Amino acid sequence: MSLAPVALLGRMTLAFLALVGSVTAFAAQAIAQGCRPPYYRQQIVRQMLEIGYYSLPVVGLTAIFTGMVLALQSYTGFARFSAESAIPQVVVVSLTRELGPVLAGLMVAGRVGAAMAAEIGTMRVTEQIDALTTLSTDPFRYLVMPRLLAAMVTLPILVLVADLIGVLGGYLVAVYKLEFNDLTYLKNTLDYLEVEDVLSGVVKAAVFGFLIALMGCYQGYHSRGGAQGVGAATTAAVVSASVLILTFNYFLTEAFFAR
Amino acid sequence: MDSPKISLKGVRKAFGPKKVLDGIDIDLAAGQSLVVIGGSGSGKSVLLKCILGLLRPDGGSIRIDGEETARLSGNERARVMKKFGMLFQGGALFDSLRVWQNVAFGPIQADGMAPDAAKEVALAKLAAVGLPAEVGELYPSELSGGMQKRVALARAIAREPEIIFFDEPTTGLDPIMADVINDLIVKCVRGLGATAISITHDMGSARKIGDRITMIYDGKLIWQGATADVDSSGNAYVDQFIHGKAEGPIKMQVRRL
Ligand SMILES: Nc1ncnc2c1ncn2[C@@H]1O[C@H](COP(=O)(O)OP(=O)(O)OP(=O)(O)O)[C@@H](O)[C@H]1O
Ligand SMILES: [Mg+2]
Repeated sequence: MSLAPVALLGRMTLAFLALVGSVTAFAAQAIAQGCRPPYYRQQIVRQMLEIGYYSLPVVGLTAIFTGMVLALQSYTGFARFSAESAIPQVVVVSLTRELGPVLAGLMVAGRVGAAMAAEIGTMRVTEQIDALTTLSTDPFRYLVMPRLLAAMVTLPILVLVADLIGVLGGYLVAVYKLEFNDLTYLKNTLDYLEVEDVLSGVVKAAVFGFLIALMGCYQGYHSRGGAQGVGAATTAAVVSASVLILTFNYFLTEAFFAR
Repeated sequence: MDSPKISLKGVRKAFGPKKVLDGIDIDLAAGQSLVVIGGSGSGKSVLLKCILGLLRPDGGSIRIDGEETARLSGNERARVMKKFGMLFQGGALFDSLRVWQNVAFGPIQADGMAPDAAKEVALAKLAAVGLPAEVGELYPSELSGGMQKRVALARAIAREPEIIFFDEPTTGLDPIMADVINDLIVKCVRGLGATAISITHDMGSARKIGDRITMIYDGKLIWQGATADVDSSGNAYVDQFIHGKAEGPIKMQVRRL
């Protein structure tokens, strides 16, 4: 019997561990450097606009259709055992706890994570990052920290907006299509909503924001070889951020609610 | 005697099995201008990046003003970096910033100059490389290759650093503008007393801007001497290079068609 599959598995494990180590070291360096002045306020504001404001349309669209389909699906399911009245709670709890942060996170990973990797990757292969260093500017402080910070601040806000829009979507379907009473629907939504539901979603969003910016910056910073390398970095940034979001989502949920 | 401004001893750098630098020694006094010549891919750009700390040499010592810098990192490195200005071979302009912001970047970020004052400085430096103030408002992608090179040059000298590296400052420029740039480099070195290392393939430019010339071949500096002596070096490699002959000891790795 050949040992090749075992060797392959071993190599992959080692490569994976090396990657985890190098990403962690990158994050540690970004935080250590970024917490010291100078702070580049202009960069932070620019990134906040880029990540938060310009992601509103895509996150809003995702949220409204998710809310709508949630209401519709839970109606077709719950009507079988006359539990339609639970729909408002199902919609609001699934949105605030899970779907809001996860879907917003995935959409922003595709939009912003890719853009970060492409921008920083291009700066790397055209020696702009080297040029920053020779102009006495730390690339971690100037490029990485503003993105990490902006993503961690704006993603929770985006998720709060997504929660609202998603609930609105559910409301529209419930009231105009399924003929719920509008006031009862809103009352049920609010009555069963707990602070912890919203809070857990917001904390998740901050973590996801950090992961998206971290992977975008890491992959961009370590890209090499020109257009092809930047393309590979972009793909890697989106894929790794998405996988990390889904993985962390499980463990964060467990930390919040499993007891 | 004062310690030299830049001093390299036995600097080595390899990428995988490929030895690019294999024991480089340089002593350059303050205010001197050294020109490095050598074939394409011989490691000239790598040499500059090692001195700047952008690449970590595998071995050897690099001293700037007598201070060992080969192993520095973080804030120590940033402090030493303030002495340097660098013109990258590919320009390396920040494409998200306007031209004047590129040139003013060093004065603002490294010296904490106010943006208005830095803009004045930037426009003056742009004028010195023959670019009018309107160009300052454009983005690098809106410029021709030669204009980008000149902006990069303006950025490299904007802070009037003690040490300036020029990686092929005149490639891609027309002969007249190339001569203007040569004069500008001479002025930077003589006028500001800067120490300079320039890389060029253009022997006319090398003669004009260099006090000394050295040739890199096969990872080593095979010849160093005063600019005036380059024609009588007695070194077959140097002779072949400065006369640009295909016949000689340097064999290009090409197959005949
Ligand atoms: N980051 C890198 N990774 C791997 N190899 C590299 C890297 N940078 C340079 N090299 C290799 O080092 C050698 C020297 O490169 P360098 O850029 O210093 O050449 P050069 O002398 O500046 O040439 P040119 O005159 O064409 O600019 C080349 O063979 C190149 O392939
Ligand atoms: Mg080069």
